[in-house]
Amino acid sequence: MTPQEIRAAFIADLIGIAPDLDPAAIGDDDHLQDDLGLDSMDFLNLVSALHKRFSLPIPESDYPRLATPSKAAAYLAAMLAA
Amino acid sequence: MSLFTMPSLGADMEEGKLIEWLVKPGDHVAKGDIVAVVETQKGAIEIEIFEAGQISALLAEPGQTLPVGAPLAQIGTAEDAAPSVAPPRQEQLPQAAQPPAPSVAPVGGSGGPRPASPAARARAADLGLALETVAGSGPGGAVLLSDVEAGTRLRPAPPTAPARDGGPKGRPGLDLTEMRRAIAAAMSRSKREIPHYYLSHEIALHAAQGWLAATNAARPPDRRLLMGALLVRATVRALAKVPEMNGRFDEGGYVPSATVNCGLAIALRGGGLIAPAIPDAQDLDSDTIMQRMRDLVARTRAGRLRNSEITQGTITVSSLGETGVDAMFGVIYPPQVALVGFGAPRVRPLVQDGTLTPGLAVTATLAADHRVSDGRRGAVFLAEIDRLLQEPDSP
Repeated sequence: MTPQEIRAAFIADLIGIAPDLDPAAIGDDDHLQDDLGLDSMDFLNLVSALHKRFSLPIPESDYPRLATPSKAAAYLAAMLAA
Repeated sequence: MSLFTMPSLGADMEEGKLIEWLVKPGDHVAKGDIVAVVETQKGAIEIEIFEAGQISALLAEPGQTLPVGAPLAQIGTAEDAAPSVAPPRQEQLPQAAQPPAPSVAPVGGSGGPRPASPAARARAADLGLALETVAGSGPGGAVLLSDVEAGTRLRPAPPTAPARDGGPKGRPGLDLTEMRRAIAAAMSRSKREIPHYYLSHEIALHAAQGWLAATNAARPPDRRLLMGALLVRATVRALAKVPEMNGRFDEGGYVPSATVNCGLAIALRGGGLIAPAIPDAQDLDSDTIMQRMRDLVARTRAGRLRNSEITQGTITVSSLGETGVDAMFGVIYPPQVALVGFGAPRVRPLVQDGTLTPGLAVTATLAADHRVSDGRRGAVFLAEIDRLLQEPDSP
């Protein structure tokens, strides 16, 4: 997958768990919790969706690496390449 | 023969708008079946029926706004010997729930309300789209969510569609002004009628945190637990020791509840708050509580709560989550008599065995009704929550 495709997939899963967010208004460096208002339940649901899509384990210790769309895209790319 | 009436979904509710029937005359219903969707200040709510029987007639049409107590349907109960004669009124009734019609063409303006799924209705309302203009592909030509989505792609989106007021979009089908009004009414009543007292207690969470990390490490994301589930479970279990915190204060005074219907305050991103309850939570294990919380949050966000969930809570837990402030002093949700608040768990200096060490801790607070309990009992309650959180693996 290209970085663009990974980012698009991440945003799609994010909108899936938070349908009230406007995809066009999400910035690459928006913090999922502080800026976009996800709570811990939303975040866990997002991790579940990413886990299903990419078949990656995404342990809790990696959660900080998913803090923003740009960080998450980099993390997912690194894990998929590993 | 009995009447199914517009239910009260809160002391502040005077009327509700019938959105959809999920049953039709002749259908058999069981206690707890969802029979209709009603729009309220809390959004669209699925209405359950509380007796078994057969629907003999629908007495209200989708789109009608009716006062609490107004008859919505006539129910023939098991004792009714013969099937009742359908009243003449039935012919004017909406065909929303009838068997599939051969055509999927849109129904004309005078042909009654357009059959549509609740999700489609909510989405269409959100988009300001008239359902009559959307071709339905569901049973009987019912408009489905995918039809609404497809319909919006065919037409240029109005410039204000994504956020009508420039703010967050909020929950589909939800009027935030109305919700604010509902919260104002409930909280004003609470502060007017309930003599609150407040207690606060810091609880060390390293035992819970350690157990949680070890448990989650071996699990896929779908089965992981959140600290919030452990906090709710400890609160629910602690009620066994201090049962007077669990119940309702109605006109006749305090009525304890045999079951714990644990309300969860869920903040909506667009603003506003709903506190639906997990019914019969007293015996649930952590996994089940977590699963119920996930389900409740998902349905709150999607606007699919049931009336029993928003009217039958016996206590409420309000948790600020992982990134909030240290403590909250809540307002009791009437007619309940207690609210337990949890601030954001944070690493704090803790004294353990005479040594100062950093450790994860949370401030638990209790707002309780002084007509029913006293501070000493409230203290026992918080101490019991603390004790239970030190043994998170207990069954």
